[in-house]
Amino acid sequence: MTDEQTLLLEVDRLKVHFPVTNGILFQRQIGSVKAVDGVSFSLRRGETFGLVGESGCGKSTTALAILRMLQPTAGQIVFDGTDITGYSQSQMATIRRQMQMVYQDPFGSLNPRMKVRDIIGEPLVVHGQTGSKAEYRRRVDELLDLVGLLPGMARRYPHEFSGGQRQRISIARALALNPSLLICDEAVSALDVSVQAQVVNLLMDLQEQLGLTYLFIAHDLSVVKHMSDRIGVMYLGKIVELADRDALFEDPQHPYTQALLNAIPVPDPVVEAGREQQILIGEVPSVHNPPSGCHFHPRCPVAIGRCGVDEPGLLGCGGREVACHLVGDGVG
Amino acid sequence: MSEATAVNQAGELPPRPNPMVDLLTRLIRDKPLGAVGGAIFVLFLLSGIFANVLAPHGSNDTNLSARLLSPSLEYPMGTDHLGRDVLSRVLMGAQLSIIVSFLAAGLATVISIVLGLLSGYFGGWLDMLIQRLVDAWMVFPGLVLLIVTVSIVGPGMSQIIVILGLLYGIGGSRIVRGAVVGVREQMYVHAAQSMGAGSLRVLWHHVLPNVMPVVIVLFTTRIGAVILAEAGLSFLGLGVPPPAPTWGGMLSGDGRTYMYMGPWLALAPGLCLTIVVYAVNVLGDALRDLLDPRMRGMR
Repeated sequence: MTDEQTLLLEVDRLKVHFPVTNGILFQRQIGSVKAVDGVSFSLRRGETFGLVGESGCGKSTTALAILRMLQPTAGQIVFDGTDITGYSQSQMATIRRQMQMVYQDPFGSLNPRMKVRDIIGEPLVVHGQTGSKAEYRRRVDELLDLVGLLPGMARRYPHEFSGGQRQRISIARALALNPSLLICDEAVSALDVSVQAQVVNLLMDLQEQLGLTYLFIAHDLSVVKHMSDRIGVMYLGKIVELADRDALFEDPQHPYTQALLNAIPVPDPVVEAGREQQILIGEVPSVHNPPSGCHFHPRCPVAIGRCGVDEPGLLGCGGREVACHLVGDGVG
Repeated sequence: MSEATAVNQAGELPPRPNPMVDLLTRLIRDKPLGAVGGAIFVLFLLSGIFANVLAPHGSNDTNLSARLLSPSLEYPMGTDHLGRDVLSRVLMGAQLSIIVSFLAAGLATVISIVLGLLSGYFGGWLDMLIQRLVDAWMVFPGLVLLIVTVSIVGPGMSQIIVILGLLYGIGGSRIVRGAVVGVREQMYVHAAQSMGAGSLRVLWHHVLPNVMPVVIVLFTTRIGAVILAEAGLSFLGLGVPPPAPTWGGMLSGDGRTYMYMGPWLALAPGLCLTIVVYAVNVLGDALRDLLDPRMRGMR
């Protein structure tokens, strides 16, 4: 297979900047918030790409830009071989069938005044694929069954369900149009751990069954580790490290990745108590005024003088990409 | 709801109570005063709707041999200076109030919904434009605006309905807009947009149903306000012109002139007006508390 056929989504140097304006009537731009600043990655068909990072690092903004709910400032988004960056909203309509989103909050993402059948069937209605009434109902029942819910639940309202069940409804809605790409924006973060596991397993089963490709956004590293084939680590609008799951977890290169992995608690009190912890000091800097050079240098335990001046690029280094001056040059 | 809810094999729940019945039970249980207000309001509606049947005499039938009679079995609320039965006139006045208030409050609500949805959902320059126009409109005191417009277009029922509808509709659009702005940011609206649903679909299926509690409360409180405004206009002689029996007109005309000879002339329409408006307001407050607690303290 050529590259074109294996790659479902390519994001190239994507930038999403929000203007900061001043003045009421004659607004002038006094700066910009670089929520996403030059992010590149690609998704192969059938894989799960995990995007992790602290809150506010631009994970969700990246997802919204891919869905074109936000207009990218610069960069390129290629979906299924076509450049959709410049697509109008009407052109996007056909693309939207193939990429669907599952949201974080299982309580906010379902309209409380709609029955489950109407919620799950809405994508079909929007894209005019309802067919006859019987076909429509059969499709909704099929989708309910696919996510492990009972057909009789179609007549109920969202408030009658638990968080995990609601997330299943949300997934069923996303699957209604047979999409090829599913963007899960913190899809399990709001759930209890036990329910989280069920939904994660459901997502993995569905991937196997339907050959889905996932862009899995999360801040919970253990979930990402369980789900993903490859992982991108984001910090302040940039990807700092991108590697295969095993490589990333076994041998993290970027100091930020190392700190993140180190922060995962070990579920054994004896080990946890004796473990040497590398705790990041300080807060995430404001995106309004990011630090010079490498955005991570003020908090980096191993920063050198160059880090505050020179911004490192994302460079390939043994099957992975790392944005750090200390990696790849043989210094680190 | 917990996973432990009784669910049978097909995933069906035991039948849910009808939402209207549920609301009614909650109204009676939690808001007895509101329920009383509701009962009075229903009584008002029924007596207005069936006024033609209930009225013992024609509302404009004069009987000069029975002028200014005090309340009796024949004339339960007495008669006025032309010998017209006050009870019949109050009943027909209720009918007129209902027609004016429902049409005007309905028009006001529709205007509020349209402006509020456009302004709140689309935002940006459209929101700016609509809100500044609403500001400009709200600068004028309501009564002054009413008097001026009625003096220009002349009194009459349809004029009153349109003017009151516009007056309350434009002001009320603020409240709808506020609710819409809140709903617009909900994830389910976002979800609908991201699946490619058009603005009309999102507004109709996602935004409007979720601002309905606000709209219902708005409509109810507007009914009371319109009844009062219409009475005020009629009192000033700018309302529905005589001889149509209006509560405001009855208060200002015969009620004032013959106040000492026949106090029932002013008491009958005045009490009806007070009780009905009070009942509507109490009902509106109760509905607001039950449907949308966030609106508490709003006018």
